[in-house]
Parts: sequence; structure tokens; C-alpha cells
Amino acid sequence: MAKAIVVIVGGGVGGILTANLLAKHSKQIQVQLIDATGTHQYQPGWLRVPFGDYRPESLRYPIRRLLHPSVELITEPAKHIDTDARHVVLQSGKQVPYDYLVIGTGAYPHPEEIEGLAQGAHTFYTEEGALRLNQALQQFRGGRIVVGVAGFPYKCPPAPHEFTLLLDDWLLARNLRQQTELTFVTPINRLFPIETVAPVFENAFKERNICVETFFNTESVNSEKRVIASLEGTELEYDLLIMIAPHRGAEVVSASGLGDRGGWVPTDKQTLQVKGHENLYALGDATDLPVSKSGAAAHFEAEVVAQRLVEAVEGRTPQHLYDGHVMCMIETGGNKAMLINFDYQHPPRTPKPSHALKIAKGLFRRAYPLAVLKAPLTAGVGFFVRPGEA
Amino acid sequence: MLTSNRTIDARGSQCPGPLSELIRAMKEAELGEVIELWTEEPRTKTDAREWCEKAGHEFLGVESAEGYERIWVKKAR
Ligand SMILES: Cc1cc2nc3c(=O)[nH]c(=O)nc-3n(C[C@H](O)[C@H](O)[C@H](O)COP(=O)(O)OP(=O)(O)OC[C@H]3O[C@@H](n4cnc5c(N)ncnc54)[C@H](O)[C@@H]3O)c2cc1C
Repeated sequence: MAKAIVVIVGGGVGGILTANLLAKHSKQIQVQLIDATGTHQYQPGWLRVPFGDYRPESLRYPIRRLLHPSVELITEPAKHIDTDARHVVLQSGKQVPYDYLVIGTGAYPHPEEIEGLAQGAHTFYTEEGALRLNQALQQFRGGRIVVGVAGFPYKCPPAPHEFTLLLDDWLLARNLRQQTELTFVTPINRLFPIETVAPVFENAFKERNICVETFFNTESVNSEKRVIASLEGTELEYDLLIMIAPHRGAEVVSASGLGDRGGWVPTDKQTLQVKGHENLYALGDATDLPVSKSGAAAHFEAEVVAQRLVEAVEGRTPQHLYDGHVMCMIETGGNKAMLINFDYQHPPRTPKPSHALKIAKGLFRRAYPLAVLKAPLTAGVGFFVRPGEA
Repeated sequence: MLTSNRTIDARGSQCPGPLSELIRAMKEAELGEVIELWTEEPRTKTDAREWCEKAGHEFLGVESAEGYERIWVKKAR
């Protein structure tokens, strides 16, 4: 019997893990992974690049080295997905046919959507942005820093808050905190979207004298006058501005007519099938799922997608469903971190920061490429506890 | 029931999605336009009311429908 061809677009957390889980079934399935660059970036590490804790090179991994040998890697951007002809068209025009397709093309900040943001604001959400911010921080001698969220959605919802607490630590350690006014801006009326987690950040920010501006929907940035203005009519002056721009899905998704207005793939909450397409799956940041865009969600979704594909290829009705599980280790400054764990049914409980979790987060980064992406250890790992337990 | 110039269906979108969609639509709307928002998040009505107060827009009202709520907001400045 001919092998089923599964093509995965995107060599991120979701795409690589799906490929490696399917590779265990190489007798029935031939797996091809298409990635635009051939390099996997460990994005959570960018959080600490501005502080000089990590060099960006140490966060890059050649995808070939992370993939099971039986997975074929195609290093070239996918330009178009033709769901009628069942093939992916690469930039060179070459066609890659598939029986099943998995879309894991990620989410990207779009600062150009807000007037002046690209020129006026730093970011740590891209490799070059994080490096440039590192240089700006080295020259910083005190003044007004504004950090915040310029618009939804964006990936890793707690990262801007973690960054702010780490920045406070960093300024303290350099005796610059007293000369610095630190303000956090957010589009909504509380510091963090998830209600059970918001108080932890609210307390930490209060203790550290970090001002918070809620209902601040960034309308424009004037980089000459160094002023950021909100739709609600508030203006803030800054010396250093660090903002997270609203994100959009990858270009190929919209170009193929597979995206909604934001370029997100409409995806079934449980089966992870692309709505209206039985042989298409989507996972990770590329989807419109009502879960935090995070590596953890992409990881748990990859397990479901791989299991369902194996079931389908074996002629069974796919049974495995995604329950919305997300798990997040969040830095809270002062050498501590906290863990939140939730799914569609169970919101996270109010977490407690601890030193042990901070150590665990550091170890996770080192273990990540081998233990997590290469998959042997992870199938069904479910990480520590499930939401609602313990 | 109120009439609106534009309806945004944010059902299925999780908090803060519906509020963000409303804010985006208000940014694009003309003065005096009424936007209607459909949401399954019970929090949205309180959030939207608070946001209107802060941003200087008019919160016109809320009505329950089957499994969701309809919220009307008018651009006032
Ligand atoms: C600063 C920061 C901190 C973070 N911290 C955490 C954290 O602590 N915990 C956590 O769980 N998550 C965290 N995240 C989020 C996490 O990195 C992402 O959610 C995760 O990488 C999503 O995985 P993915 O597979 O969906 O997409 P990605 O990992 O983004 O991969 C997408 C891939 O698709 C490829 N691609 C795109 N377009 C094309 C195309 N046309 N053709 C071929 N390939 C294409 C890209 O090259 C890329 O390799 C953080 C993110 C940032 C920026």
C-alpha cells in the first residue's frame, strides 16, 4: 500500500513536534516539513536577550538537527496552499503534493498597523528587535520608560509583564531605578486578561512602584516628540518605549484564502481540523483558537494532530480531541517564577511565585530542543499536573 | 431593539477578544455611528461600559439573545 503523504508547513514548535511524532509511523506515513528559513528560533529566550543574558545565536537551531532522519525537510517559503489540487506551491514554483496538510506557520508582530510604532518603539518580539533593545538599554542612564501592549492579539500574553519585572530588577542592579519612571500600558481595564492571574501582577507592580495605565489603546507614536498617544485621549512622554505590536498570521495563510481578517486559520476547537477541510489541520499560533498563543499550546495540539493523523491513515475514525490545555512558566522578577495551567473547562488558579520554578524555567530552555522537540520523552507528557487537578 | 450601522460578531472569541474588536471598530467608525457587538463573554458588557466612560463614547445598552449578548455603543467624539 502506498504511504500517505503528510506535509507540514512551518518548522516551529508545533510543526517540528508533529513531524517527529509522525516519524514513528514511517511505515504508513511519509512526512515532509516545509520551513521558510530552515532555522528554528527558541523565541522565549528573546525575553532575556535585551538584558544580555542570552546571545541570539544560542537560541537558533538548524531544523534538520531537530528532525527525525525519516522526515524530509524542504527549506523554502511556501507561497500558496492549493486545497483543490492538494498541493503546496513553493516560492520557486515547485509543487509539493499532500494527502494531509498541517499548517503551523506562526504569528508575527505588525508594528506598521499603528502610526509611528515601527519608528518609535523598541520590541523584544523579534531577534533583531531584542538585540537593538540590548544596545539601547546599555546606553540608558535614567528617565521615563514606557512598556506595554499596543494591541491584541499577541503571542505569549505574560511576556510583556515578565519583561517589565525583569527590567525593574535590571535597573535596580545598575542603580538606575531611582532615576527611572517605569510605566506599563495595556488596552484593557486590568493588568492581565486572565482574571485569576491579574492580581499577582498587580501586586508585584504595586510593590515595585511600576505605574499602570489601563484602557490605553495605542493610537500613534510621535518619535520626534517622544510621545505615545492612546485612542482614549491619554498622552505619555517617554525616553525609551518598548511595545508589543498586534500580531497577524503568516502571509501564506491569507494568500491562500485560508485566513480570517487577522490572517488566522479558522480551526475546530477540539479536532484541530481547518473548518470545512477534512484533510487539513492547523496548530499553534497560526490558528484562531480561543487559547493563549504559546509554545505550550502548540506542543499539546501537536500531540492531538499527530494522533488523529495516524488514526485517519490507519482507516479509523480519529478520536483524539484537544481540550485547550496550556501551561506557562512565568518570570515574576526577584529570581522567581510561577506556573499556570489551564484548559477550556478550567481557568488557571491564582499561582504563587517560587525560586524552584525559576530554576525549572532555566533548565527547560536547555532541555527544550532535545527533550521537547525531538519528542522521545514527551509523548503524553502533559507536563506536571493537568488543570483542575492538584 | 436598537438599530446599528455595523454589527460585529465576536461570538467564540475569548476575553479580551470581543472588547478589542469593538475598540478596533470604534476607531474606524464615523462620529455618531452605532456599533453592535455580539459576544458570549459575560464580562464584555461591563468592560465595554467602562471603556466607553473612559474613552468618551456612549454605551447605549445590552440585550440577551440565545446564548450570547448584544451590546450597542455609539461613537461620540
Ligand atoms: C518573547 C517571547 C517569549 C515567549 N515565551 C514563551 C513561553 O515562556 N512559553 C510559551 O509557551 N511560549 C512562549 N512564547 C511563544 C512561543 O514562542 C510561540 O507561541 C510558539 O513558537 C508557537 O509555535 P508555532 O509552531 O505555532 O509557531 P513558530 O514557532 O512561530 O513557528 C512558525 C514557523 O513557520 C515558519 N513559516 C512561516 N511562514 C512560512 C511559509 N510561508 N513557509 C514556510 N514556513 C513558514 C517560520 O519560519 C517558523 O519557523 C514566547 C514568544 C516570544 C516572542
